[in-house]
Amino acid sequence: MQVRVLVRLKPGVLDPQGRAVHHALEGLGFAGVEDVRIGRLIELDLAEGTDEATIRQMCEKLLANTVIESFTIETSGRGAG
Amino acid sequence: MAFRAAVVTFPGSNCDRDMASALEAVSGTPALRVWHADASLPDRLDLIALPGGFSYGDYLRSGAMAATSPIMRAVVEAAERGVPVLGVCNGFQVLTEARLLPGALLRNAGQRFVCRTVALTIENADSLFTAGYRQGETIRIPVAHHDGNYYADAATLDRLEGEGRVAFRYAEGCNGSARDIAGVLSENGRVLGMMPHPERAVEDAAHPAMGEADGRRLFESILARLAVA
Repeated sequence: MQVRVLVRLKPGVLDPQGRAVHHALEGLGFAGVEDVRIGRLIELDLAEGTDEATIRQMCEKLLANTVIESFTIETSGRGAG
Repeated sequence: MAFRAAVVTFPGSNCDRDMASALEAVSGTPALRVWHADASLPDRLDLIALPGGFSYGDYLRSGAMAATSPIMRAVVEAAERGVPVLGVCNGFQVLTEARLLPGALLRNAGQRFVCRTVALTIENADSLFTAGYRQGETIRIPVAHHDGNYYADAATLDRLEGEGRVAFRYAEGCNGSARDIAGVLSENGRVLGMMPHPERAVEDAAHPAMGEADGRRLFESILARLAVA
């Protein structure tokens, strides 16, 4: 079962990397870049039927630091919804 | 009675020897050394020190992997029993990831690794770790970090300030930390996390640019307070 966890900095948390990339895109001549925020994609291959509550625990205990980050869980295939 | 301090080494720690050396220089007793895979700590400890470095290569987030290591379960348990814990630099990051201290350390606001001696203001001179300083005094301690930008939500910052849990503030721009916070104390005052490196400032060097001794009083504070207790 393939699970993708997207970890993002919470709104309002300064993202210096995003800001630097934003600046670099403008330096390359791309106009109209309003904002850039950098997050992390974590791909998990889990046993079929792993429930969403367990995946949430993985996120809360390790994959994301909920003080500064939020996460979303995307599952494909049967099992967690 | 001899001072019993333990220094934890994680894979990627690089200030563990400096910490052990500083503790020995100040206390006269060699520090005990503990490895990340150890499941338990030596008994009757007066202090647990989590050193600086790049534990587990800063994988995932600085301090995140170390916070899950076997020794950290023992450190959390010891902290809950009131054993003093000092986390410096990466050690501070580990303490926030282990939820022994509130907040988190983000990438420096300027994106750059900051490596220099900075001025700090003593915000609370009444803690186990800071009693040897004067309230409001400015001291100079080196920093060397990439992820030292302290973040917590406004309510948490207000609470930390209201409860006297901000031990140190940067007296000059450093890394973008919320309210210039450089070091924070736990609710019971027995856990301190700080980005600056007091263990690198325990003796006057031959050349002023090489270092100062302002960090020494932090270790002396712990020894003095424990001797009285």
